[in-house]
Amino acid sequence: MPAKGYIIVNELYCKACELCVTDCPHEVLALDMERLTSRGYHPAHMVKPEACTACSICAVVCPDAAITVHRYEKQKAEG
Amino acid sequence: MVVTDIPTKIVYERPEALDPRVTHYCPGCTHGVAHRLVAEALDEMGEVENTIGVASVGCSVFAYNYFNIDFVEAAHGRAPAMATGIKRVLPDRLVFTYQGDGDLASIGMGEIVGAASRGEQITVIFINNATYGMTGGQMAPTSLPGQVTSSSPTGRDVTRQGHPIQTAELLSTLTGSSYIVRRSLHNFRETRRAKKAIRTAFEVQKQGLGFSLVELLSNCPTNWGMSAVESRDWIEERMLAFYPLGDYKVSSAVADIKI
Repeated sequence: MPAKGYIIVNELYCKACELCVTDCPHEVLALDMERLTSRGYHPAHMVKPEACTACSICAVVCPDAAITVHRYEKQKAEG
Repeated sequence: MVVTDIPTKIVYERPEALDPRVTHYCPGCTHGVAHRLVAEALDEMGEVENTIGVASVGCSVFAYNYFNIDFVEAAHGRAPAMATGIKRVLPDRLVFTYQGDGDLASIGMGEIVGAASRGEQITVIFINNATYGMTGGQMAPTSLPGQVTSSSPTGRDVTRQGHPIQTAELLSTLTGSSYIVRRSLHNFRETRRAKKAIRTAFEVQKQGLGFSLVELLSNCPTNWGMSAVESRDWIEERMLAFYPLGDYKVSSAVADIKI
């Protein structure tokens, strides 16, 4: 199933609490162990972006309001 | 793949009433969620310019830094008294207090009971995490029976230290209160319900229907000694049994509010 949207994690705010990772129903998110934020946390990022449904659960449970959710607008059928 | 050339609409973003600065709260602390829900409610109601918050003492002592609204800092436990004064002098403003359990249910119990019994036109956001967070996890009036804290290392003994105070139930018995509910922040569904309750509480005040309080079950991963995810499970498994969620008082006028 193609992605219905995507999220952007603002790494200024992310504190790597993993609540979004745990609550995502499609296991889209994980902590990025390769990188550190300026505050020394491994930020959340999308590891399975094709499964994102833009449901906003991650953003609602995020204690630091770090997540912006974008949903693709429906394309009009051609012809 | 994330395709960025397809037009998108933003379905969730940081509310404008929330200040851009990073909070001092521990990773996973639901204080941040409660802040965001309050900010969202104020954004939706268009009351950002018209709201005055009253911060308490505790972890939320710096709440005034985190909102783009007018804020004052009250003495320990005295936020409802300060809010009473502000609301009576400026009745057209939306006035709310943001208090933790150590502040509201311990040193401030007299103030909150007084404000509720007088039916003051204020809103109280009450964060109940069953501990004193800022000072290092001591036993609070809301700590559960048997709960191990830094000042009750063998667990809270109700024969010596008494039973936890169930604030929502207590205040709902007062004639002066209008809207008293308990919600939780331990998962997505309950967080959404908490948001609606906060919005309703502000509407109660806006329509002059009386005293409103939203008690939010919250976590304290650092002082409970567990991860953020475990602490939310602890709310669900331990706290919900002692602090049942629900609407403890909804006056007949409030029941007609539609959001």
